[in-house]
Amino acid sequence: MMLSWHDHLMIVPIVLPMLVAGLMLLMGEGRASAKAVLNVVSTLALLAVAIALLRQADTGPVQVAAYLAANWPAPFGIALALDRLSATMLVLTAVMALGALLYSLARWHRAGVHFHSLFQLQLMGLNGAFLTADLFNLFVFFEILLAASYGLLLHGSGPQRVKAGLHYIAVNLVGSSLFLVGVALIYGATGSLNMADVAVRIGQVAPSDRMLVEAGAAILGVAFLTKAGAWPLNFWLPPSYAAASPPAAALFSLMTKVGFYVILRLSLLLFGDRAGESSGFVQQWILYVGLATLTFGTLGMLASQNTGRLAGFAVIISSGTLLSAVGFGRVSVTAAALFYLVSSTLALGAFFLLQELMERSRTFGADLLAVTLEAFGLDRSAADTEDDTGTADIGVAIPAAMAFLGLSFIACALVLSGLPPLSGFVAKFALLTTILNPDGLTPEIGSPEPALAWVLLALLVVSGLTTVVSLTRIGIRAFWVPSGRAQPRLRVIEVFPIAAMVVLGIVLMVQAQPAMRYFNDTARALHHPDDYVRGVMSTRQVGAGGAHP
Amino acid sequence: MEVIIALAIGVLGGSGIWLLLRPRTFQVIMGISLVSYAVNLFIFSMGRLSLDQTPILRSSRASEVADYADPLPQALVLTAIVIGFAMTALFLVVLLASRGLSGTDHVDGREGE
Repeated sequence: MMLSWHDHLMIVPIVLPMLVAGLMLLMGEGRASAKAVLNVVSTLALLAVAIALLRQADTGPVQVAAYLAANWPAPFGIALALDRLSATMLVLTAVMALGALLYSLARWHRAGVHFHSLFQLQLMGLNGAFLTADLFNLFVFFEILLAASYGLLLHGSGPQRVKAGLHYIAVNLVGSSLFLVGVALIYGATGSLNMADVAVRIGQVAPSDRMLVEAGAAILGVAFLTKAGAWPLNFWLPPSYAAASPPAAALFSLMTKVGFYVILRLSLLLFGDRAGESSGFVQQWILYVGLATLTFGTLGMLASQNTGRLAGFAVIISSGTLLSAVGFGRVSVTAAALFYLVSSTLALGAFFLLQELMERSRTFGADLLAVTLEAFGLDRSAADTEDDTGTADIGVAIPAAMAFLGLSFIACALVLSGLPPLSGFVAKFALLTTILNPDGLTPEIGSPEPALAWVLLALLVVSGLTTVVSLTRIGIRAFWVPSGRAQPRLRVIEVFPIAAMVVLGIVLMVQAQPAMRYFNDTARALHHPDDYVRGVMSTRQVGAGGAHP
Repeated sequence: MEVIIALAIGVLGGSGIWLLLRPRTFQVIMGISLVSYAVNLFIFSMGRLSLDQTPILRSSRASEVADYADPLPQALVLTAIVIGFAMTALFLVVLLASRGLSGTDHVDGREGE
């Protein structure tokens, strides 16, 4: 059996950014314009591939497609697996990356060397983490994406970033150690690293080793919860995200979702019905942690004065909502959570970008930027004449800049707080109805008591309210209070990604029905992982029956 | 042998965590290194401890699986060591940058009271 080019599509999201990053490293430290073109082309190609993979996962002949790297059969070699959840995350990654990249082209990509290489490596790590079906391989991709994110966080330099970067790196290095301990424990007890294989073996583990598996899973969980920004492991998050340059922060708003993705995938795969006595033991914990995170994010949002920190706490609220929804362990709630994930990630990305444009006319923000550019020997005019036609020092300015900023701000605020009519409302509505109406559903393992449903309901509503309050406060201060200040001049390339993300939110709202259908299918497959296990374990080698019996 | 390995992991991990919580960046990086040594030893011991056993199959030796060491944890440790090295080097650069920018080696960039 030979593979057609179509079957190799799955490895493209990992190999393409790796090659492009390598090529850009060979190009040396200059030639930013050529690198920018390469980066945009590669990211566009990734988006196209991700959409093709999404179609394949949704309507293809197999529910879960596996790709056997190096052609070893599943439990022995490293396999990649593609299902609806992975495909969704790939598309979301490509969209966010494209937005952040286009925005950075206005000026930020010149604030340091190797921005473009790091950006592509970050995409490689993200895509790999979403595609891999092997626990240790997941660790490797996590390290790749973290290493790139250290570089991106420090991009632009300055004392603030270095200080935040120091904490961020230390926290993540410790998290990686925990990750390794967890993986080692699971390997020691089950004898496998392939996720599908572990899922089968976990039910057969001897009672004396059960504690090892559960300890391993708990330690692994701590590592992922740190990455997902769950309380009490998230004190690093608001300062780092506030310190990061806006394009990097927009990409980082996706990084917490990687932690969430792994928790969702592993908790349902490893501790579903197959797990025997261990089944369902993580759900309850995830729910409690999620509720605590939601509370912390809500309080933090009320307390924060600075827009960057506020956005960081909005990320935490989003994580908390997702974690507590998954803790319910019901198909319909998970589906609503996935819808919320896409909608809130888009809004957060747009908000991180928008936040800088809003700060731009303030002297403090301008100073910071000037210092950064000066440090790299590029004052504004030098940076702009290099590749622009060079008539004005800001390039093409859009008219009615303040009106655009205000409208985008309102759109982001509506999505983040879950008010009608944008996609955030659809997401919150779906969450609230499914939490309260478990009708017509098969009872799932580990469903929490109804009281917790009411607690989550109250927290969701309160967090929405505080989001409105905080964002209104920021909005009034940014748009209404200053009088007679200069209109900020925005470039089309800065405005376009924000507008595109807002428009995508609107599309998601208009197309809510097909989207919910898709997410329902996704959630059903996640809660019944037999297809995943079968898909990964039964994939034949190329030329099967030959070399490796 | 089990006791020695367990003690080694415990001592390395314990001192690593203590150093990690100290206020100086140099202590933090030493702590991270010690913790990663502990983790590497731990991964290694998860392949079961044995003496005088090769991980590579040989036709001249016995064909029982129990007569061989588990090769997978050894490969994992190798990967983990390489990644750990890279991350420590990167952390060292950030540490020096922080020292240069803030003029102090305190992790918060300023001396605490």
